[in-house]
Amino acid sequence: MNFAIKTLAASILLASAGGVFAQKGETVKIAMIEGLSGPFANVGQNQLKNWQFVAANMTAAENPAGVKFVIEGFDSKSSPQEALSLFKSATDQGFRYVAQGNGSNVAVPLSDAVGKFNDRNPGKEVIYMNYAAVDPALTNEKCNYWHFRLDADTSMKMEALTSFMKDRPEVKKVYLLNQNYSHGQQVAKFFKEGLARKRPDAQIVGEDLVPLGQVKDFAPYVAKIKASGADAIVTGNWGTDMTLFMKAIGDAGLKVPVYSYYGGVSGTPTALAGIPGIQVYQIAYNHSNYTGRMGDLTRQFQEKFGDDFYTFSIYNGLVLLSHAMEKAKSTDPVKVAAAMEGLKFMGFNGESEMRKSDHQMQQGMWISKWEKNTPKYNYNEEKTGYSFVPVKYLESYVASTPTSCQMKRPS
Amino acid sequence: MEFFVISLLNGLSYGLLLFMLSSGLTLIFSMMGVLNFAHASFYMVGAYIAYTLSESVGFWPALFLAPLLVGVLGAAFERYCLRRVHKFGHVPELLVTFGLSYLLLELVQLIWGRAVVPYGLPEQLQGPLFTAFGTQFPKSRSFIMLVAVLMLASVWLLLTRTRIGLVIQAALTHPDMVESLGHNVPRVFMLVFGGGAALAGLAGVVGGNTYVTDPGMAGAVGPIIFVVVVVGGMGSLAGAFLASLIIGVVQTFAVALDQSLGSALRAVGVAVTDQTFGASLLNLTVSQVAPILPYLFLVLILIFRPKGLLGTREG
Repeated sequence: MNFAIKTLAASILLASAGGVFAQKGETVKIAMIEGLSGPFANVGQNQLKNWQFVAANMTAAENPAGVKFVIEGFDSKSSPQEALSLFKSATDQGFRYVAQGNGSNVAVPLSDAVGKFNDRNPGKEVIYMNYAAVDPALTNEKCNYWHFRLDADTSMKMEALTSFMKDRPEVKKVYLLNQNYSHGQQVAKFFKEGLARKRPDAQIVGEDLVPLGQVKDFAPYVAKIKASGADAIVTGNWGTDMTLFMKAIGDAGLKVPVYSYYGGVSGTPTALAGIPGIQVYQIAYNHSNYTGRMGDLTRQFQEKFGDDFYTFSIYNGLVLLSHAMEKAKSTDPVKVAAAMEGLKFMGFNGESEMRKSDHQMQQGMWISKWEKNTPKYNYNEEKTGYSFVPVKYLESYVASTPTSCQMKRPS
Repeated sequence: MEFFVISLLNGLSYGLLLFMLSSGLTLIFSMMGVLNFAHASFYMVGAYIAYTLSESVGFWPALFLAPLLVGVLGAAFERYCLRRVHKFGHVPELLVTFGLSYLLLELVQLIWGRAVVPYGLPEQLQGPLFTAFGTQFPKSRSFIMLVAVLMLASVWLLLTRTRIGLVIQAALTHPDMVESLGHNVPRVFMLVFGGGAALAGLAGVVGGNTYVTDPGMAGAVGPIIFVVVVVGGMGSLAGAFLASLIIGVVQTFAVALDQSLGSALRAVGVAVTDQTFGASLLNLTVSQVAPILPYLFLVLILIFRPKGLLGTREG
């Protein structure tokens, strides 16, 4: 009976949804499948708040479709298996949009599952918004029509970083230290490729791969880096692998700049603030000291939650979805996915494009540096009195990398 | 030479850190026969309590107060929980400490949150103690070494040179006899468990600010301290000390070796290329497997010398 009423209500809604601004006022439910408990819970919890915060604060320009986004958290405990079964329960509950980001080990099977689900369930298609998993495979050999990546992949970040190093002749000897799994290995691989192309004179003087989350004491690695005579360190480490590594560098008094991926992720800034004289650069699509709209949002977020808003791709994700819904005049994922392809919109870094060929967001990149607050750059990251200060902006075309994706579009 | 000295220093200090972490576990095991799975959790709780205390009373008072509080917590756990389970044997005892480790983790997350807390070093421990070959040796690490050595000395003196130590040792093997001589054996056990927890708490106070204080810290050290205790010989304090130093030094030096089985074979004239069978395994460098070496050690010891390096009882 209840079901019958629901169906009736839904059909009336659908029937009345024929007008010009058909999508206006509709509610779009997004299932965020992420580790909300377990070792990386603080990051997942932070991002869930990011989604909900942006959704609640979108302006008319950011939300031209006029829809209401509702984001619900699904706790995958960072496990791929758990994420897949949660995806199933989300689709059972009628979610047509899923979001996930932390860990390509989850993203690759999830993208695969979304593709299969959509093949088998025409009329119930689901769109997957990937806001942080950076394995290039997701938009190359394993690309999938229903997967849209909002972050820049590792090949783009390394392209930007090596372009930056091109103008830094003082970088001559680079040491690579990464976590021994797909992400860390790719950082090393794409950095070496980019450096060979852009700085053939610079050399890699050493390379280490450490097991994920197993190393308590990085002092031996730091001794090795010092012995190698390196003048720059490149690391994709995150979490405690990042903080302990930075602490060991500070302890040994090693004065070598570190080019990092994840210096600003929850927990690391607090540790960095306690290390005098550490030189940390970050390569990312953002930095901590935005002015204007993003500046307001980050400051409001910090005031409200006492936590930092650093996953800006979430902002782009919601703005992109809304623009696509306006263009498609619908919230139906089949139409929205088609509308998102090649769509250009104003993201947090200016004009951004969801590339049609592989569904990889094309956007500019920032090199920023960890520094004590000044009157000009005064964002208070994790209330430390420090923040990532912009050093150089690399335009979207600089960071863009080709794709090998042969996209299969639904006929 | 330079690299050797620095690595040796790093190895020794890492070894002493391991000993500091595992001494309490060894103590409890040797005296009570309980393998305390929650040991690393007491380490974590020690760090968090010290963080809170150092905000109000400063680091140095916290250095004494936090272990004391953790000791009281441990003693209370023994008195009201472990003692009840004791009569059912060792497996239930082990399981109850296993449960406690989860409970403490959730409790810490409830009270202090999931994020890293800004537990910093006091001014006196910041900066380098000395500089060798242009590499600084931090005061914080030296302090850990000092604490570890003091721990070893005081526990050893307590057990062998004091009256209470003799009672504790006697209570382990002849509890009935000790009881009939008028000593309160359950209270002795409570003291031992509390003492072991306090040692873990002390390790947390100095380890928490040298490294990172977050809810993941217990999980990060949990496995390695069991390796130390098993390799050293279950319940042998001196064995744990020896094992810690060996593991610390071996692991530190292994990190420096970029040689692999493949490069060794090439050196003796065997052609190893990427196409060779098992190339990915042959090309694994020693530095890559360094963090796993302690676990290899563990397996080898269990196979060839189950009682451990200095253990007395057969596994």
